[in-house]
Amino acid sequence: MSARSRTLALHGAVVAAILALHFILPDYHHGILARTMVLAVYAMAYNVMFGYTGLLSLGHALFFAAGMYGMGLSSIHLGFSPGPAIVCGVAAAFAVSLIVGILALRTSGVALMIVTLMFAQAGWYLVLYFGEYTRGDEGFVIPRAARMLAGFDLADASNRYIAALVLFAFGLVVTLKAVESRFGRVLVAIRENEERARMLGYDVFRYKLGAVVLSGTLSGLAGACYGILFGYVGATFASVQYSILPLLWVLLGGASTVLGPFVGTYFMTYLIDISSAYTTAYMLVAGVVLVVLTLFARQGIMGEVRRRLIPWLP
Amino acid sequence: MDFGPYLVLAVLEGSVQAAVLALTAVGLSLVFGVMRVVNVAHGEFFMLGAVAAWAIAQSFAGHPAVGFIAALVFAPLLVGLIATGADMVILKRLGYDPENTIVATIGMLYIIQQLTLMTYGPDARPVPPPFNTRLSIPWFEWGDGGLALVWPWGLSTTSYKLAVIAAAAVILVALWLAISRTRAGLIMRATQQDREMAQAFGMPVAWVNALVFGLGAGLAALAAVLIVPIQQAHYLMGEEPLLLSFIVVIIGGLGSLAGTVAAAILIGMSDGIISVFFSPTLAKILSTLLVAMVLVFRPQGLFGHPPR
Amino acid sequence: MAAVNLLATKGLTRTFGGLVAVDRVDFAVPRGQVRALIGPNGAGKTTLVGMLCGRIAATSGAITFDGRDITELPAHRRIAMGMAYTFQVTSIFARLSLRENVALAVRRCGRLDERQVERKVAEALSRVRLTEPADQMAGDLSYGHQRLLEIAMGIAQEPQLLILDEPTQGLADSEIEGFNALIRSMAGATTIVLIEHNMDVVMETADYITVLNFGEILAEGKPQAIRADAAVQAAYLGSA
Ligand SMILES: Nc1ncnc2c1ncn2[C@@H]1O[C@H](COP(=O)(O)OP(=O)(O)O)[C@@H](O)[C@H]1O
Ligand SMILES: [Mg+2]
Repeated sequence: MSARSRTLALHGAVVAAILALHFILPDYHHGILARTMVLAVYAMAYNVMFGYTGLLSLGHALFFAAGMYGMGLSSIHLGFSPGPAIVCGVAAAFAVSLIVGILALRTSGVALMIVTLMFAQAGWYLVLYFGEYTRGDEGFVIPRAARMLAGFDLADASNRYIAALVLFAFGLVVTLKAVESRFGRVLVAIRENEERARMLGYDVFRYKLGAVVLSGTLSGLAGACYGILFGYVGATFASVQYSILPLLWVLLGGASTVLGPFVGTYFMTYLIDISSAYTTAYMLVAGVVLVVLTLFARQGIMGEVRRRLIPWLP
Repeated sequence: MDFGPYLVLAVLEGSVQAAVLALTAVGLSLVFGVMRVVNVAHGEFFMLGAVAAWAIAQSFAGHPAVGFIAALVFAPLLVGLIATGADMVILKRLGYDPENTIVATIGMLYIIQQLTLMTYGPDARPVPPPFNTRLSIPWFEWGDGGLALVWPWGLSTTSYKLAVIAAAAVILVALWLAISRTRAGLIMRATQQDREMAQAFGMPVAWVNALVFGLGAGLAALAAVLIVPIQQAHYLMGEEPLLLSFIVVIIGGLGSLAGTVAAAILIGMSDGIISVFFSPTLAKILSTLLVAMVLVFRPQGLFGHPPR
Repeated sequence: MAAVNLLATKGLTRTFGGLVAVDRVDFAVPRGQVRALIGPNGAGKTTLVGMLCGRIAATSGAITFDGRDITELPAHRRIAMGMAYTFQVTSIFARLSLRENVALAVRRCGRLDERQVERKVAEALSRVRLTEPADQMAGDLSYGHQRLLEIAMGIAQEPQLLILDEPTQGLADSEIEGFNALIRSMAGATTIVLIEHNMDVVMETADYITVLNFGEILAEGKPQAIRADAAVQAAYLGSA
């Protein structure tokens, strides 16, 4: 089997398995999986920048929220239907990531982490500041009538699951295409040895900017879809916690693996969900996992799988 | 109130903020300067200081001053010890790799914050100030008979607030003396300048790291003990000082103590003043954007010198 | 009409603080020549070629390449114009395969399909006589073979001007012979600037030699003339 068809078979099997689960999973697990798939797209987007390009952002909530608010505000205040509203969100995330990328990529390493964090904080405060439109911390609900996409009622759990799966499959295709393309290989080269990549004649800044914009726009798509699928837009999604979570998911699942972000998101969502049944301090789990991962398992779950079982895992 | 008295009040409130912020930020700056570690859990050490102050003050009966003084001594020590332990167990094992340590301190942030929530709970609790006399402030006004002294209603401060400003100044001066005049300070500065060289000269770099991390956390805790009679202790209170300290340390120039203090005064005062006249949220938007721009266009900080 | 010189500098200077690493250097290389750049350690050779390829910004002076002033161009634009640079301190993609290392160099120049890329990769690896399997990690190669890989990346770019900074350091004698043969086979078609300490290699490969000392050009000439030059010998002996 050629490398390409092998990859295709593996990821096709994952999507097919999730589709099969649609018919057998009990409600609770069905709901979690739908949510996980949308958030996994966010994690995959984060992985493009962090895992493949080696750029650690602490401000991705800005892009997620740009997508979510671009969608939500245009839906509520301009009366856009879901299609155009999502496009609006994606366009907002594209613009924001382009501007942030142009500025933030003048720095690197720790400074880059802090610059992205600061931009995201400014974005979060901006949401609070314009509370008149965004309803601040409280957020706003997207009415059921505004969640009809091509005749499907996205408030319905079954439709929502399928829509999430379509989005997830799209995210998989985009990241697979990206990382196997020449563009993606240059990103890896930049991660491995930036100076060398530059001295091979690659315009490192433009490639990195491409990574930021791809990652930011895909994050925005995830944010817009999350808002429309679950019918709620709120400031929490712009807060620093939503910048830390994709980092956590990717580290847990395995940076620079295509399936890792999904695996990490899935495990973490369950962990947090289970622990929140016992305590309000459920973010304790996140803290412990972060520390343990940095100390003992930098590869994450799929990284280990790649190392021990499937060396060709993309 | 007229504009003038209002401004005086804003400056006073700003000075209290600036004093506490300077202490907290100097702790963060020290850790970054000597260890090259960006400690995202710094705000949680501040919060731990406040909560420990409440717990200690709580356990002393009698005059509030007794409990407060005990808190002033023991809360920073306790927090410093915890931080030292965290350095030895976690950061040291990561070899102080910049990205890994940031991720690990994010983890520490959640661990400390959530453990506090589980034990101390979600309530905000006050610590009584050791003394708290209200002091009215006079103002001048043009009356019929020329310049006259008036006592506008609401223009006042407390003896405790003034004491906080004085205490912070004393602590900062003492810290500066310790760093510039003692042997321990010399070792710290040597490590800051050139860690490999310091190691080669047989300086106990591992201990310097552990102690500096403890000292940085202890300073944050000390700042929190000072502020907790004015602001109550709460498990989420670390977020704001963390953000402000970051802003201050970056604007002041990473690792520069004098720059950090200058920036703390600038930010603390302007935050106080802007918040009186405008929305505090707007002030935060502007200062976070300012920090981002400083890092992008002037990474040595507003007060720092460009690298050779 | 194309100029005789592919590369020329005018008053090229670089200072580090108070230290003048390269001092008003006028340096010209005709097309097709193999030019050796020699001089004691710290003479400013790496800094000079660093300015040529844009890795290090010039403090003052001008550089023309292929008839164009490139002083202000960023490194990647100069490389795109047909320069290639190999580092003195080996700089490869240690966690990528040999194949991918060279492929990254090949893909930069022109739209090739993956089959053509694969062919050029194999060709470059065999020209430097690297016989390890192409899917081996570059970081697992011996130091000398990492140097060979670095050279392979340089020639895979098919540059007009190839800059090699101490390429034979760490190579075995037999590998040095192979290197000499490689350079001779490229001479004429590719212009080469070669920083080299091994005088046997210089004598074997260079058409012309420039000697740098304390940031200034001390002497220039044919290999035989330079070998006989007393000032050059003094510079070497004096610094030893
Ligand atoms: N980045 C730098 N900062 C300060 N000094 C440097 C730097 N790079 C090189 N130098 C100094 O410039 C001089 C020339 O160095 P270099 O060009 O590496 O010499 P060569 O390659 O001939 O051995 C040396 O004295 C070296 O110490
Ligand atoms: Mg050199």
